[in-house]
Amino acid sequence: MIEVRRLVKRFGLKTVLRGVDFHVEQGEFVALLGPNGAGKTTFLRILASLARPTLGEVRINGYLLPQQAAAVRQRLGVVSHLPLLYGDLTAEENLRFYGRLYGLDGLDGRVSELLARVGLAERRRDLVRTFSRGMQQRLAIGRALIHQPDVLLLDEPHTGLDQDACEMLDTILRDVAAQGQTVVMTSHDLARAEDLATRFDVLSRGVIVASAAAQALPPEGLLSFYRQALRAPAQKGAA
Amino acid sequence: MKPFLRTMGAIVWKDLAAEWRSREMISGMLVFALLVVFIFNFALELSPATRSSVTAGVLWVTFAFAGTLGLNRSMAAEKDRGCLDGLLLAPVDRTALYFGKMLSNLVFMLAVAVIVMPVYSVLYTVNLMQPGLWAVVALGSLGYVSVGTLLASMAVQARTRDILLPILLFPVLIPLLVAAVKASSGFLQAIPMEEIWPWLNLMIVYDVVFISTAFMVFEAVVEE
Ligand SMILES: Nc1ncnc2c1ncn2[C@@H]1O[C@H](COP(=O)(O)OP(=O)(O)OP(=O)(O)O)[C@@H](O)[C@H]1O
Ligand SMILES: [Mg+2]
Repeated sequence: MIEVRRLVKRFGLKTVLRGVDFHVEQGEFVALLGPNGAGKTTFLRILASLARPTLGEVRINGYLLPQQAAAVRQRLGVVSHLPLLYGDLTAEENLRFYGRLYGLDGLDGRVSELLARVGLAERRRDLVRTFSRGMQQRLAIGRALIHQPDVLLLDEPHTGLDQDACEMLDTILRDVAAQGQTVVMTSHDLARAEDLATRFDVLSRGVIVASAAAQALPPEGLLSFYRQALRAPAQKGAA
Repeated sequence: MKPFLRTMGAIVWKDLAAEWRSREMISGMLVFALLVVFIFNFALELSPATRSSVTAGVLWVTFAFAGTLGLNRSMAAEKDRGCLDGLLLAPVDRTALYFGKMLSNLVFMLAVAVIVMPVYSVLYTVNLMQPGLWAVVALGSLGYVSVGTLLASMAVQARTRDILLPILLFPVLIPLLVAAVKASSGFLQAIPMEEIWPWLNLMIVYDVVFISTAFMVFEAVVEE
């Protein structure tokens, strides 16, 4: 499903990712953890085809990035830390607009269903710029799901959400995973990540320093695994 | 071809709907354009006789500056909540995104011209309602937005985009503006058509060259 080999990303002289190897099978739910500045967002942007790898190979659904990006984009949903919504359009119009970009027809049913799912049915005709941060985040999640993607990438999706919205998001993510879709989510909320994910990868100083399936976590839980991973020296140097 | 037109249509519809709500861009451009027109006419203390010779210059300076307001605003709207990423994530041709943005910018430019030119005609008793002059405005606006949309999507990445856009844009626009001013004043002073044609041709060539350039480089400009 997702295959990353020896991925290096540089911004000018600064090397942010220094040889990331990352494999995800269909239906896996991977939580990508790591300290601030570790390169999680950079990594997700490369998977999302928004940034180009400097070196290395990235394949999603068998398609190579960036050469076959169009085929990848068709099946990919992204929740970034910005909502990717137009303030001067209503909730409904935003979803409809993105639906059209994905070539969808008969959007009425799909839009209503999504708005209900993220709890915004009553605000459907309100302008997005009048929405609170959390409401924008809810709509951003609806936006990412509009074309029923096979792979969902989420960058700290719980940030800014209240308790109810977090639970709503968790329900949506469990549904998505239950349908066999693949999810990669970055998070600083270890409790939520532990609850949702089937695998945990820790990215630190530009490499994946540890990876464990949910069953293989130490009995003390994710926090202890995470701390352990950060203490271990990085296994790979710069490429 | 169909997905291409569909994407373009979706973007134009989105830009027009958003502008209809806020009317920020059109009203900003209009107020600015009308002020420039008034100030020029006070500053130059134009007598009716000299007016017809400077009108073309005043008009194009006005359009050029009002246009950068619109271009900046239109790209800033894409950058604000990360929408540009939203567009780039979609499985659509990048050049369809460019043509969509260019077309809505063209609509805004022409909307400003449609209001400013009659006002100018009435206030300064210069007849701007001539088909030839409108053809020049259409060709000039098309060239303006084809370069402008491309450079605005470049400038929007920078922190200093408001200043950067005119600095990048105006040098590139010089041939177009010269041709547009010459052709416009040709029509206003009723010069024979043979003398106007070379300027019109220059504008057509300019439009074709820059639309094709944008077609080729837009993808590289917007992607990291
Ligand atoms: N466009 C860019 N140009 C230069 N450096 C960048 C750019 N984007 C990211 N970086 C650098 O890359 C490093 C990793 O950033 P990134 O945003 O990927 O971290 P992160 O793991 O998502 O952190 P956080 O947990 O704070 O979200 C940082 O040192 C950052 O300064
Ligand atoms: Mg981040």
